[in-house]
Amino acid sequence: MTQEKSWKPWALLSPALTAVFFFLVVPTLFVIVYSFWLRAPTGQDIPAFQFSNYAKFFADMFYPGLLIRTIRVALEAVALSLIMGYIPAYFFSQTKSKHKNMLIILILLPFWVSFIIRAMSWINILGDTGLINYVLLKLHIIANPISMLYNEGSVLMGLVQFLLPFMILNIYVSLEGIDKNLVPAAKSLGCTEWQAFKEVTLPLSLPGVSAGSLLVFVLAAGTYLPPMILGGPQNAMMANMVFKRVIGTLDWPFGSAISVILLVLIGLIVYAYNRYLGISQIFKSLS
Amino acid sequence: MNNSIVQLRNVVKRFDDVLAVEKMDLDIEEGTLVTLLGPSGCGKTTILRMIAGLEDCSEGDIYIKGKRVNDVPVHKRNLGMIFQDYALFPHKTIYDNVAFGLKYRDVSKAEIKKRVTRALETVRLPGVEFRKPAQLSGGQQQRIALARAIVIEPDVLLMDEPLSALDENLREEMRQEVDNLQSELGITTIFVTHDQREALSMSDNIIVMKDGLKQQEGGPEEVYDAPVNHFVADFLGHCNFYACRILGRENGLLKVEVADGKTLYSEHDEGWDVGKELELLVRAQKIEVVARGDTIPDTEVNIFDGIVKSRMYMGGEAWYFVELQDGTVVHAISISREFPFRDKDAVTLHIPPRHCRLIPKET
Repeated sequence: MTQEKSWKPWALLSPALTAVFFFLVVPTLFVIVYSFWLRAPTGQDIPAFQFSNYAKFFADMFYPGLLIRTIRVALEAVALSLIMGYIPAYFFSQTKSKHKNMLIILILLPFWVSFIIRAMSWINILGDTGLINYVLLKLHIIANPISMLYNEGSVLMGLVQFLLPFMILNIYVSLEGIDKNLVPAAKSLGCTEWQAFKEVTLPLSLPGVSAGSLLVFVLAAGTYLPPMILGGPQNAMMANMVFKRVIGTLDWPFGSAISVILLVLIGLIVYAYNRYLGISQIFKSLS
Repeated sequence: MNNSIVQLRNVVKRFDDVLAVEKMDLDIEEGTLVTLLGPSGCGKTTILRMIAGLEDCSEGDIYIKGKRVNDVPVHKRNLGMIFQDYALFPHKTIYDNVAFGLKYRDVSKAEIKKRVTRALETVRLPGVEFRKPAQLSGGQQQRIALARAIVIEPDVLLMDEPLSALDENLREEMRQEVDNLQSELGITTIFVTHDQREALSMSDNIIVMKDGLKQQEGGPEEVYDAPVNHFVADFLGHCNFYACRILGRENGLLKVEVADGKTLYSEHDEGWDVGKELELLVRAQKIEVVARGDTIPDTEVNIFDGIVKSRMYMGGEAWYFVELQDGTVVHAISISREFPFRDKDAVTLHIPPRHCRLIPKET
């Protein structure tokens, strides 16, 4: 009987697997293959197997510096969404309000609006002729507009507003899973509210914290739109460089090599995470 | 009454508009095991949580060891609390679980070790220090929860349906264990349950509750044999209830007439006036069932003939539903080695006058 049924899960998965294979695995393989090709001075891509694209990446500190900045910005986004996400997640897990589900839906509401529009709208608020500067100028609080856009801060803001829901939901799910009697038990044994939080709630929510952090990190490291729309040239991240090489200078081999380096790096981080912490927690929050 | 370690005075608890506990007065004597018994939603857990300090009372005062504790936070009340689902800390070892309360009590490391070891011996689970709670069975986890609560030498042990997550056999074993431990340590215990057998077998005192109100307070025999109202009688076991009217007194017995004209005699007499309408109750276990024609020694009253309408065999006991000539059905539970009667057998019922109780008529 097991013999007969063993193919069934695969049959049910086949549409998804086919799509993943043709639209994700195959293109990724193309990119990997491309990264070894040679770009002729004439602009032609010549099939080859050589490492000059990778050598070019590590030739000086420009591209590695970009990689380091990408990781730094991604880590900053993780830290910010962690701090800004834990508090609402904790609130959702504690509240007895009957509007709780409604509030959680509100967290997801920004996803209903295109990300580009959300990022662009910040220009109308933070730009030199934007809302904040307009008000401050009119009130004569400032003489010249304050420059608030096109720096790392505005990129981070764009990242955090996009990634925060992932963090909140991950932490919320693990807080929700904590037995509601544990904190009263800790308090009855002599803990203050804060000590009970440190002893019980915080450690038991760490799986959600780490899952949320991984998700935010991976999404931030691969991000492309926030630095493009809200950042200046000095805020470019890896994905922007890929865009610049592939679309701008049509240098597919080098653009592919940059992509592969980012892919390998993120792959290693996810692998290490899964090895030591287990990735299943992420699926729990997504279901 | 100055022996009371826990006192509640006029305690009221409201959740929004819902009255959960209504004017509760309670005196719990040092060293006793007191049970709050009632159906779910009767307010028993709320009272426990108010004593623990996990809920505020809306009105009234709570005293522990003579000191008013309304404004004392949970962690300063020195109470041991045990929850239905054990509430062990899943990320900590058994040792750290049991040592948890001591850590917050300025006890030296060496002393903690000694006391944890002793507590684990007390609950008969030595040597599990370095396991995690999930590696223990439900019964073992509940014992660890017990060890964690008693190791801090609390003034009062509060138990919120601690046995209801366990299966039947384990529950009986744990019931004995908790009872033994309680009398061994002499620790005042407040036990919340909806299980009447649990309450009857363990308690020094039972407080029966319904809809936030105390219905009756007394020893197990008292609440079982002399319930004060219909609810208490019904909640504690199988009963036959009949509306009745007092006719008078004969040979030192109270003579009552039940609805359809039958007369019964009762030893229970609180000096009611003739003509007073009450409710008569008889526990199903107290009714004797004999074969028709067999004599019942020493009595001529409260004897009725009937036919077994249905019989339910329950292993240690048998339930008979006996239809009398006038159509009344009497529920009798026979607890003996043999259960000879079958459906349609002619039997005679004897309702001993000393087991008849009269309670106010349900309104």
